[in-house]
Amino acid sequence: MQTEFSKEQDLLRDVVARALRDKSPATAVREQMATDRGYDPNVWQELCGDAGLAGVHVPEVCGGAGGGAVELGIVAEEMGRTLFCGPWFASAAMAGTALLEAANEPDRQALLPGIADGSTIATLVLDDLNGPAGVGGSIRAEDGKLSGTAAMAVDAHVADLLLVTASGAGGLGLHAVEGGAPGLTVESLQVVDPTRKLSRVVFTEVPARRVGDVTAGALDRIWDRICSALAHEMIGGAQHLFETTVNYTKERFQFGRPIGSFQALKHRCADLLLEIEIARALTHHSARCLDAGEGEPYAASMAKAAAADACMSAARAGIQLRGGIGFTWENDTHLWFKRAKGSEVLFGTPAIHRERMMTMLEGAA
Amino acid sequence: MTPDRIRSEVSAWLDANWRVDRPLIEWREILLDGGWAAPHWPEEWYGRGFTLDQTAVVAEVFREKDVVPAAQVGPRGLASETILACGSDDQKRRFLRPILTGEHTWCQLFSEPGSGSDLAGLSTRAEFKDGRWIVNGQKVWNTSAHHADFGLLVARTDWDVPKHQGISYFLLDMRQPGVEARPLRQMNGHQSFNEVFMTNAVVPPEDLIGGEGNGWHVAKTTLSFERRGFSRRVRGSSLDGPKQGPIYAEYEEELRIATEPYTWYPQREGRVDLVLPRARETGAINDPATRQEIAKLICLYTGAKLASDGAEARRKAGTTEIIPAGSIGKLAASVIARQASHVHTMISGAEAMLSGPDSAADGIVAEVLVSVPAISIAGGTDEIQRNIISERVLGMPKGFRADQGPFRDIKRNA
Repeated sequence: MQTEFSKEQDLLRDVVARALRDKSPATAVREQMATDRGYDPNVWQELCGDAGLAGVHVPEVCGGAGGGAVELGIVAEEMGRTLFCGPWFASAAMAGTALLEAANEPDRQALLPGIADGSTIATLVLDDLNGPAGVGGSIRAEDGKLSGTAAMAVDAHVADLLLVTASGAGGLGLHAVEGGAPGLTVESLQVVDPTRKLSRVVFTEVPARRVGDVTAGALDRIWDRICSALAHEMIGGAQHLFETTVNYTKERFQFGRPIGSFQALKHRCADLLLEIEIARALTHHSARCLDAGEGEPYAASMAKAAAADACMSAARAGIQLRGGIGFTWENDTHLWFKRAKGSEVLFGTPAIHRERMMTMLEGAA
Repeated sequence: MTPDRIRSEVSAWLDANWRVDRPLIEWREILLDGGWAAPHWPEEWYGRGFTLDQTAVVAEVFREKDVVPAAQVGPRGLASETILACGSDDQKRRFLRPILTGEHTWCQLFSEPGSGSDLAGLSTRAEFKDGRWIVNGQKVWNTSAHHADFGLLVARTDWDVPKHQGISYFLLDMRQPGVEARPLRQMNGHQSFNEVFMTNAVVPPEDLIGGEGNGWHVAKTTLSFERRGFSRRVRGSSLDGPKQGPIYAEYEEELRIATEPYTWYPQREGRVDLVLPRARETGAINDPATRQEIAKLICLYTGAKLASDGAEARRKAGTTEIIPAGSIGKLAASVIARQASHVHTMISGAEAMLSGPDSAADGIVAEVLVSVPAISIAGGTDEIQRNIISERVLGMPKGFRADQGPFRDIKRNA
């Protein structure tokens, strides 16, 4: 199993980081989060159409770059760092992963190339975003039609393709639905984190094509891969929050000295560094485990729980150490704080993941 | 030299010289003269100038053949490395050999009741009178001082210069009337350390090491070996299982004395290994709140190990980034130990009131609960580690200092 990044992976990170620094500065984040669509199609074309960032984990035969969870994680981490606004996570990390893990070969080959080159914006619609056990209860598939409701779906409002988990005659299956299909209602929801759009998706006998079975094992694998990617995104966010906060303490003067010279702040920063280092190590490890098919079966849950806690710690410190200015709308810290809060609970809170870990390790309580 | 070549040379030499019926010190005399006692040392001082990797090959052959190595355990390792690095040829000639043979044991006389984290604020006094140094003062946390022959002593020789500049480093003969070591009992009941009282203790001028006023530099050398785990690394050199032959009895006794202060150290680290077995045995594994805390512990423990392995790999690859592995690792160990202690408490419940042979895990859990507070203090408190991390890694500004100028004028403990 890999324990370090390869030269190619370091290079990928550099390229992605540079592109995002250029295309997703805080001003662009603020601009896009205020729109209904939530992203800039020109930037989407450059990052996904030209640079192929939505296909880093997709096999070459399906139009991707042939990487895996590590490459997906690298892109996610850099996007989290810059708070990139756009349907990359929904399309590449969620829908792409679901197709890779659960779709039949012909459908993978038919649907993945569009996702990989950004020409298709897809999302994965799950009727429970807390844990795999709750998936499949609210959406039914019958005679090629879906009915039911997904209370929250990521970026469904801009999706050309919705991959929907629904129970039917053949058990839980993955179903492809076209955006704008008859009977499909997508209502944008008011959200805490405006950089990640959520919608309620209501299916009323919506025509759908079953593209694969979602066995319990496949659902766990999908969940693990998405959680690993999300953990990477959170680590990128945590690192941004941490660096900007430490820098702020060096520049802000009170009582005739930089506030970063006070031990109360130094110690908080040192503890935060430790928490982030541990979470980052678990996060990178989770992707390597997924790619190698070895390591702890609960590696992704460790990563999701630790990264969520570390990112929230960084977000809380980011506000607190800035004092009053940190609580203003004008200061950018709250943007990362809100993303941290959203990511903390998306696909399972830290407590849910810790219980999932323990169940994998020791069986259910 | 290649590992294979080292292996065959040392094997041939051991086949010709190693015997289990020699007295321990006689064997080590032979070992020293053969040049295999400290292969990483220079050739003129009992060594072969090997790298640490090459030395590891030698140690491996010793282990395979159940050969007793040179004396290394405990503070004597710090003494020999410090003398080798900073001592005069005369000092090396007089002190190194009996350290390696095991004839002399050593202790470290650094911390004082009045200067713990602030080691350079020490106030043990050494004055040069009638051609010798006269030492007065008190030291504390001195492992093995009650049976040591010599001590590594830092004392103040100039009170009119800034604090780091007025310190000198001495090799103190512990077997003299002016030196008294008293065992210090810890909150966990063990006596791993001593207090050492020096009343007109005498050091001959030739036992000043590194020059007058240069003691802080020498002390940093000792501390760097301590941080590199010299004493800890060799603590594990016990041979596996019982061995037949008189030399082993002598060696085991040496090890027993040297390692006795450290028997509770695994408990200090929280005994993470006992958590799941204890949780299963007690049924606490089915308690949702306990499961959460166990999972947090596993995340911390696994993540810290991965982070430290990653840092080590990057260091080996020659990275230029600042890797705070030491301080971060130490802080992580504290966090892990505290969480483990917390989880052990949850698992034991009311039974955590008991200690001794009838209590959980034969008293080990109780020992964990009263030993973990040491890990965030010994070897630099968590607070000092956080200062180091924030200043050296994060580049945060140093705080206000009240200890500049002549040491005489600095406020200190009465």
